[in-house]
Amino acid sequence: MQVPAPFTYERATSVEHAIELLGQLGPEARVVAGGHSLIPMMKLRLARPDALVDINDLGAELAQIRVDGDALVIGALARHADVLASAVVGEHFPIFHDAERVIADPVVRNFGTVGGSLCQADPAEDLAAVFAALDAVAVLRGAAGVREVRVRELHVGPYETVLAPDELMLELRVPIRPGGGSAYEKVERRVGDYPVAAAGAAVWLDGDTVRDVGIGLTAVGAEHFTAPAAEEALRGQPATEESFQAAARLAAEHCNPSADQRGPVDYKRHLAAELTTRALRRAAARARGQEA
Amino acid sequence: MEVSININGTAETHDVEPRLLLVHFIREKAGLRGTHWGCDTSNCGTCVVWLDGKPVKSCTVFAAMADGHEVRTVEGLDQGGQLDPVQEGFMECHGLQCGFCTPGMLMTARALLDANPDPTDPEIREAISGQLCRCTGYENIVRSVRWAAEKEAGGPVTESETPVEAKA
Ligand SMILES: Cc1cc2nc3c(=O)[nH]c(=O)nc-3n(C[C@H](O)[C@H](O)[C@H](O)COP(=O)(O)OP(=O)(O)OC[C@H]3O[C@@H](n4cnc5c(N)ncnc54)[C@H](O)[C@@H]3O)c2cc1C
Repeated sequence: MQVPAPFTYERATSVEHAIELLGQLGPEARVVAGGHSLIPMMKLRLARPDALVDINDLGAELAQIRVDGDALVIGALARHADVLASAVVGEHFPIFHDAERVIADPVVRNFGTVGGSLCQADPAEDLAAVFAALDAVAVLRGAAGVREVRVRELHVGPYETVLAPDELMLELRVPIRPGGGSAYEKVERRVGDYPVAAAGAAVWLDGDTVRDVGIGLTAVGAEHFTAPAAEEALRGQPATEESFQAAARLAAEHCNPSADQRGPVDYKRHLAAELTTRALRRAAARARGQEA
Repeated sequence: MEVSININGTAETHDVEPRLLLVHFIREKAGLRGTHWGCDTSNCGTCVVWLDGKPVKSCTVFAAMADGHEVRTVEGLDQGGQLDPVQEGFMECHGLQCGFCTPGMLMTARALLDANPDPTDPEIREAISGQLCRCTGYENIVRSVRWAAEKEAGGPVTESETPVEAKA
């Protein structure tokens, strides 16, 4: 039997209360949302928090999915299943539905949360690549107040984020801009597994020219889950197969995969290029209204 | 700490350590051994129960997190001794052999049919894709769920004498 080390349990009744509890309990306290990353790590004693602050009762404040002005807002406590079922998410950013269909399995998706995924900062987390491609902003709140951090600056390393110990992730804000399309492509060994490699792309077109582009990569050691050199090269170029492949090659060159049980380095690098090309292709087709 | 969980309509209140997992609360404290405890890594799905109406893997939730909430286990499927159609379907279509995965499969199947009363075979396979069965090859589980869907729709049900038709 896998038994976590002992801890004390507190349940937050509001966002203020959660932040207050985190402050009182000190840096060894952790938030628990779905627990589907934290509890497995506690069972293996890779994580040994002294105290857990359960935020699952804060759905009214933290689990909303809505459009606010020119941003799609996804609450940190939104479950994967909520994102997958949301029509407003699919309407603006089909990349989320592409990704959520292949994150974990339907039962895990009922409990795992968006905020938990991002705060876990697993180097193979799918949503990190999605939010990076869309250049979303995370809204954080701690005792010192509210601040906004680009998802591209949220992760400082494997399992490490810029969040202070008493900070809570409240929501993610994804800017909505006209003329865009987005897509996600993942290769996994079996249902419910983390990716061998995956790529997300968001493309904004002016006629046949790439006005702007965002590329997110996961599980291949891409810094901040991004491919800035490839994005730069593609901006202003014609939206053609040729330029997508050239950008994808750059993305693959700049990532830094490591060999593990999911595959060797050259295979992962190959996937990074191929999946980036496919994601760009589908994102562009969607921007043109040629694909749902 | 004192944890009180409404399991199948009955309040179960026990003094437990915060680190007790929901699956062990159900089996050891409430004494409901229908829910199985398998891989302990949220991969196999035999521990699936409903938490507030949704299937979850109870080896990856602390009992404390379910305090004050509602849980439904496989023991809560039948109504006054009358088996749920998914339970009947598993009997009719040989949806189990060793039975280890069955409680989790039944809970997920019931949730699927509540949300989607007429699922396609791919939809059934998708719904149970986070759960492992090492006996049936899934074929008869899919047929069992479809049997239940057809029974609930009042339509024709799969014949019970052809449960394990070999695929050519
Ligand atoms: C069987 C299985 C398969 C999986 N497959 C995939 C997959 O294919 N792809 C993938 O990307 N992921 C996968 N996952 C991971 C899953 O997506 C994450 O476990 C889950 O979404 C993390 O969210 P959670 O709510 O469970 O986080 P928790 O486990 O509750 O928390 C994770 C971390 O984030 C912190 N945290 C959580 N919420 C907040 C918040 N609001 N503010 C501040 N800190 C917070 C916690 O303190 C903890 O450090 C899988 C998980 C399992 C169990």
